[in-house]
Amino acid sequence: MSAVLDHHGHPGAHGDHAHDDHHTPSGWRRWVFATNHKDIGTMYLLFAFTMLMVGGVLALCIRAELFQPGLQFFNPELFNQFTTMHGLIMVFGAIMPAFVGFANWMIPLQIGASDMAFARMNNFSFWLLIPAAVMLVASFFMPGGAPAAGWTLYAPLTLQMGPSMDAGIFAMHIMGASSIMGSINIIVTVLNMRAPGMTLMKMPLFSWTWLITAYLLIAVMPVLAGAITMTLTDRHFGTTFFNPAGGGDPIMYQHIFWFFGHPEVYIMILPAFGIVSAIIPAFARKRLFGYTSMVYATASIAILSFIVWAHHMYTTGMPVTGQLFFMYATMLIAVPTGVKIFNWVATMWRGSMTFETPMLWAVGFIFVFTMGGFTGLILSMAPVDQQLQDTYYVVAHFHYVLVAGSLFAMFAGYYYWAPKWMGVMYSETRGKIHFWWSLIAFNITFFPMHFLGLAGMPRRYADYPMQFADFNMWASVGGFAFGLAQVYFFFFVVLPAMRGEGVKAPQKPWEGAEGLEWEVPSPAPHHTFETPPKLDATATRVIG
Amino acid sequence: MSSSKAMTRWAAAGALALSGMMASGAALAEKVNDLPGGPAVNQLDLHPPVTQIASDVHSLHVWLMWVCTVIFILVFGVMFYAILKHRKSLGHKSAHFHESVGVEIAWTVVPFIIVVAMGFAATKTVVAQKDTSNADLTIKVTGYQWKWGYDYLKGEGEGIAFLSQLDPAQRALSNAGTPQGDNYLLKVDNPLVVPVGQKVRIITTAADVIHSWMVPAFALKQDAIPGFVRDTWFKAEQTGDFYGQCAELCGKEHAYMPIHVRVLSHTDYSAWVAAEKKKAAAAADDPTRTWTHDELMARGDKVYAANCAVCHRADGKGAGPIKPLDGAAVVLDADHTKQLAVLLHGQNNGAMPSWAALSDVELAAVATYTKNSWSNHSDQTVQPAEVTAARK
Repeated sequence: MSAVLDHHGHPGAHGDHAHDDHHTPSGWRRWVFATNHKDIGTMYLLFAFTMLMVGGVLALCIRAELFQPGLQFFNPELFNQFTTMHGLIMVFGAIMPAFVGFANWMIPLQIGASDMAFARMNNFSFWLLIPAAVMLVASFFMPGGAPAAGWTLYAPLTLQMGPSMDAGIFAMHIMGASSIMGSINIIVTVLNMRAPGMTLMKMPLFSWTWLITAYLLIAVMPVLAGAITMTLTDRHFGTTFFNPAGGGDPIMYQHIFWFFGHPEVYIMILPAFGIVSAIIPAFARKRLFGYTSMVYATASIAILSFIVWAHHMYTTGMPVTGQLFFMYATMLIAVPTGVKIFNWVATMWRGSMTFETPMLWAVGFIFVFTMGGFTGLILSMAPVDQQLQDTYYVVAHFHYVLVAGSLFAMFAGYYYWAPKWMGVMYSETRGKIHFWWSLIAFNITFFPMHFLGLAGMPRRYADYPMQFADFNMWASVGGFAFGLAQVYFFFFVVLPAMRGEGVKAPQKPWEGAEGLEWEVPSPAPHHTFETPPKLDATATRVIG
Repeated sequence: MSSSKAMTRWAAAGALALSGMMASGAALAEKVNDLPGGPAVNQLDLHPPVTQIASDVHSLHVWLMWVCTVIFILVFGVMFYAILKHRKSLGHKSAHFHESVGVEIAWTVVPFIIVVAMGFAATKTVVAQKDTSNADLTIKVTGYQWKWGYDYLKGEGEGIAFLSQLDPAQRALSNAGTPQGDNYLLKVDNPLVVPVGQKVRIITTAADVIHSWMVPAFALKQDAIPGFVRDTWFKAEQTGDFYGQCAELCGKEHAYMPIHVRVLSHTDYSAWVAAEKKKAAAAADDPTRTWTHDELMARGDKVYAANCAVCHRADGKGAGPIKPLDGAAVVLDADHTKQLAVLLHGQNNGAMPSWAALSDVELAAVATYTKNSWSNHSDQTVQPAEVTAARK
């Protein structure tokens, strides 16, 4: 990342640096006191990748144990800790912070703003993550081990957990505060700091999807905070919100949790839609088809996400009317999601396509994410869901949308924008190796899980009947290969770029790319758009 | 870059190790056969349906798969055609169209019609699943950490009640990492027995945390929630043994509380009920008489092995957060009510659950057993009458 620094002070494309008296602090101060959106974005991304590795190691512990029936490596108690912590770390430590990192880097560049609206709060929301993550991971070393109640932290199992549960709750409070601050920052930046001429309906879709995501986060993170606070008071202060022994209702916990949890899954996928919506037109050399409908579809998904939560609870025994309402509402989400897929395909139709690494990941995203969409459609149907709830089918489904969805889109975004970040091109061969390796390994890991789920293998099982052995073996082999692919990505793609190795990137490395981020040099200077740029009619070019 | 060469070598070593592991895994998996009523080896689809609801679910699933397949072929047919033909390398020039209200409306309305059709198709089954009226037999299913309790509440067999738990031998095989048998992790001591062709209403609840009672062949899954009762139903259309497992994370032994439903013909069921009643009468423990120390020790050994050893271990030493009984002050205390209070009411928010569901004789036996096993030599005897008193 030093490449970014080296260019500081040299004349940038815009703004007169001669009068710039904001000298960047060097050494550790640059990062600890960071207020620059690019530095903070970099830290978010590195943090998220670190957590991806931690969560990934936990996943591989799970897969190692499940490689064969019988307990080989871990006792069931530890196994439950692994599944719980894998989920919490991936959701709150890897995917969400990674998208915030993309937002930090790209939103100011895309809308022609000089920085995020609240630069110091931006610093605080990042640095809050560090103690939270340390506390979460360190809970493994607390008496009784890490929380083992599943990432959903269902009551009343949480009441039986050791002191690490409290550490986990505190960590999630802190991460929630960080997310809320990040969201406020994004909303204010997008609404107040767009360059003149960058109207909302000309704004790139990545900024749009993040704007909507930020509203979702502000709406639901406090709900999660409420649910886990009630868990905390149940555990220590004699309340019985969820404890049936005192007249509490464990199902109320699930309602509150999933009122957070369902919008949360869209929080983790909407920015991915934004990234893909930038990449597909760039490599099809054709404008995004149905920009307006993409914006409306995103908003519809966000609104619908608030009225479908109980489809996670079909087997709790809701009344028949509740069952039907949530089933119909859930099915409706397929409509705006379908519109997005159709728009992307229509963008590709009669384009002039090339398949550099970002495009491969984006097309891979559409293909594999849609399979997750299909299984989502199947699970939306309440009677079928009764069969598949809490089996490996659900595990396959949400990994198809979260790994092949969110993670693949982030890789697409990395290959697309990293030349702008670090000023060097990645190696196309290595990018392609990373893509094909990940795509194949991903499907070897998660495709067999559909069969396991249909056959009735429950999730969160440390051991299983022997009929399930072969598919579990394949899933484990694929899992290790997938994990290794990400290690390859770091050492062979990211690290060389951070060291500045590789061909120097031109200002606009992609022939068909559009947007203000390509109007600044590569690597992007430390400060960009310090005076609001003058934009052309489409708000994609700077004209002075 | 020298580091990249080192990485390549590591990757190759890893791949070799993985393929070695795969070979050993494949060898191990050969020894297993399909379990009728349970999972089949490498099963690809839902279980063969045994109830009307299960066949409805099966048809809905097949129908949905066709819907998805058609959409898949259409969407990805277009996409891959474009990927193959509309390439810059083939000299294809990009068109300029980028919006069409008509097309947008079409691909909003058509999927909407499809989901409405899906909603219609599923509604009948949802309503049928929820109709628990007019049952021939009502059975209460209680989830415990980590076993199932079955109480026959109404219908033929009323009054029969028993616990059902995993064969401890299979649990030991799991720990040893040496699984074997077609019914590995599915074998229980007392299966739930029901008559064929009769509507069985299942009422679920739980004693500690949420469990979920699942029988895939019946397309049945209902959470068992502490403090609440929920109900569901099934009518098995064929006799046989059907297997399921707990489907809601319920703590460390979550994977070890299977469900086994034995569906009998009507005459066999009546015979089973008669035998159960006779057995219950004969085995009724008399908590009012004074038991000898040896009787209680022998009985306590069995109760301990069935209920306590899973956490406190056979040697009474516990493990991790599980407290040891060997040498524990509360176990050795001359005041028996202290230990009985823990047994009856649990401790640590249910980490040690309440065992009030066991009989007075069983509790007295296990208390006596723990007071006089391993390095515990208190020579105390706890009589069932003391448990009866402690319950009050």
